[in-house]
Amino acid sequence: MDFFDRFAVPHPSFLIYASMVGIGLTMLAIVVGITYFKKWGYLWREWITTVDHKRIGIMYLLTALLMLFRGGVDGIMMRYQLSMPENTFLDSQHYNEVFTTHGIVMILFMAMPFIIFFFNFLVPLQIGARDVAFPRLNALSFWLFFMGMGLFNLSFIIGGSPDAGWTSYFPLAGNEFSTSVGTNYYMIAIQIAGIGTLMTGINFITTILKMRAPGMTLMKMPMFTWSAFIANVIIVFAFPVLTVLLAMGTMDRLFGTNFFTTDNGGMDMLWANLFWVWGHPEVYILILPAFGLYSEIIPTFARRNLYGYKSMVASMVVISVLSFVVWAHHFFTMGQGPFANSIFSITTMAIAIPTGVKIFNWLFTLWKGKIEFTTPMLYSVLFIPLFTLGGVTGVMLAMSAADYQYHNTMFLVAHFHNVIIPGVVYAMLAGMTFYWPKIFGFMLNERLGKWTAWLLTIGFVLAFIPMYITGLDGQARRMYTYSESTGFSLLNMVSFGGAAIMAIAFVLLVYNIYYSIRYSPRDIGNDPWDARSLEWSTHTPIPEYNFAITPQVASTQAFWDSKKNGHELFKGEIEKIHMPNNSGLPFIMSCMFFVFGFAMVFSIWPVVIVSLIGILACLVYRSFEQDHGRYISVEEIKETETRLRGAKK
Amino acid sequence: MKELFPVKQVMGFAFSIVLTAVALLVYFTDMSYTMGMTVLLITAFVQAGLQVVVFMHAGETKDKGSIYINIYYALIIALFTIFGTLLVLVWDM
Repeated sequence: MDFFDRFAVPHPSFLIYASMVGIGLTMLAIVVGITYFKKWGYLWREWITTVDHKRIGIMYLLTALLMLFRGGVDGIMMRYQLSMPENTFLDSQHYNEVFTTHGIVMILFMAMPFIIFFFNFLVPLQIGARDVAFPRLNALSFWLFFMGMGLFNLSFIIGGSPDAGWTSYFPLAGNEFSTSVGTNYYMIAIQIAGIGTLMTGINFITTILKMRAPGMTLMKMPMFTWSAFIANVIIVFAFPVLTVLLAMGTMDRLFGTNFFTTDNGGMDMLWANLFWVWGHPEVYILILPAFGLYSEIIPTFARRNLYGYKSMVASMVVISVLSFVVWAHHFFTMGQGPFANSIFSITTMAIAIPTGVKIFNWLFTLWKGKIEFTTPMLYSVLFIPLFTLGGVTGVMLAMSAADYQYHNTMFLVAHFHNVIIPGVVYAMLAGMTFYWPKIFGFMLNERLGKWTAWLLTIGFVLAFIPMYITGLDGQARRMYTYSESTGFSLLNMVSFGGAAIMAIAFVLLVYNIYYSIRYSPRDIGNDPWDARSLEWSTHTPIPEYNFAITPQVASTQAFWDSKKNGHELFKGEIEKIHMPNNSGLPFIMSCMFFVFGFAMVFSIWPVVIVSLIGILACLVYRSFEQDHGRYISVEEIKETETRLRGAKK
Repeated sequence: MKELFPVKQVMGFAFSIVLTAVALLVYFTDMSYTMGMTVLLITAFVQAGLQVVVFMHAGETKDKGSIYINIYYALIIALFTIFGTLLVLVWDM
């Protein structure tokens, strides 16, 4: 192929050209806007070079919301394409690209940054720390993730999107069947973002183990922190598999190795196997922090202690092991015998037990509680039955013999959306609404929030429950169209209606943010929900050092006990506080990773070498850099504390 | 003088050399495949354990508990992954 041909989109359509123009204009508008309002310096000093976990968290949140809409548009396009038989809105190639992008964007660039936003924002506050253990590594994590995301999103306007499914199974993803650079983007963009995630995992394990406030033993940590800890342990053990896998895939595509080819000793099924060795734990990386958020929200609005703290922890520890031993249930039909399938069937069903324990714990927390139906609570209460439905269909899929009927049908699609949307997305929206006042200093409108929750639920049920039926009737996933004689058309139209209602719900969410920015009252105090854990005990807005005095913790619900049971959180005098310095290095290094990734995708070797030298130079510079951080003086802290009306002492 | 002489490390060093020598026997003598693999697997795991305990000082600090939990967790997951993969792709194919 001619060199410049590789940059052209191999399969252009009006939609793609329109997106190109749209993206170009948006970029231009952003650059012009920042220049016009003279914000470049502000952006560089306060955001790009920041090592503050709260600001990094907010950047993760913005990325996640952006990607939620990108992935959502892909979803709507697919639903519209399937709403009528023989629809010609998308052709098969374009449909392949759309479902591939939808999957990757939603899992890796929406759900992952959303949970990492909560890790960043909440974990240091919940354990009474001033920042994470390695603040600069944290900035590097974010920027690597961000550049991976950027590189991936570039694919559909330069060179073409990946089109082999988000699982990218070989041999389909090999050079022979995926000739465009799309799958190169997949391999390299996810690799770069994945390195960032792996660093996040290491960072938060260390933070949680080493930086807890005095008195906070492991069994006194808030439940979200526990879930974050377990999720990060799983990240550290699962993501290296992805790293190696993507490296092998890259070598197969770019350097002619034969790891996953069908001849020369390669084994294509090894890709599927290793992908799910990472992929299944990944599911739990997403769902455990979501469970953690529900465990924060439900006790707050049921006005009761979380029921069964120890069993919650135990079930998560069990999940951290079991999540690694079930992966083969993703390919029961790949050809292994009934013995292997039975083993993985049993382990899969076993994992429903700790999950069930958690469901019952939430129900018992609600039992006899004085339940207050705020928006976050509404999401949580809607989550329990919907997620349970998804869990039960999961157990159906876990039966390997029956799976031959369900495999790769819309039944499966319905199942995983049924666990991920009420499980993860609802938790993210609930958590976002719950912590919004702590982050931005005003509450989101409750009335609009409840409308969003209900519309989302109605849309969800209409969009995904019909898929169970069409799936059992044999509608395969990833089919870009079907004939009228199949009889799938009515239910698919219902499904599209549901997807449209979900889209309206997300628009309403945006409107809610806009409305609340304009009209929401700002005098809400530090603890608007009357909540229970440490993050609510500091001021709003949170000072950069989080807590003027390190809190002393004596129970699992430290802040609640300080409000109701007379525990004293902040003992002692204000002392000078040691904080890390900002640094532009993570951003610069990640930019080099971006260039490296882009050059790798298109095999432009001189640029690859130069950018690699650049990355190495950043590492060397960092090794010799002397940076001992800085101190915030006692006077400055006192001044800030008075300004925030927080004479806590 | 006795406190200054690292008996444990020297013994460990000697033992690790013995293990290496035993592993090398597989190459230099004419063993069956099964026998050779058994010898290699056993010496490899003993060697790894030896290195972790004697030379990487697992168990000498108060982090002992965390370090061993971490190692066991990693071992369990690695073994599950390896044997699960073998089961799926080779033994029960």
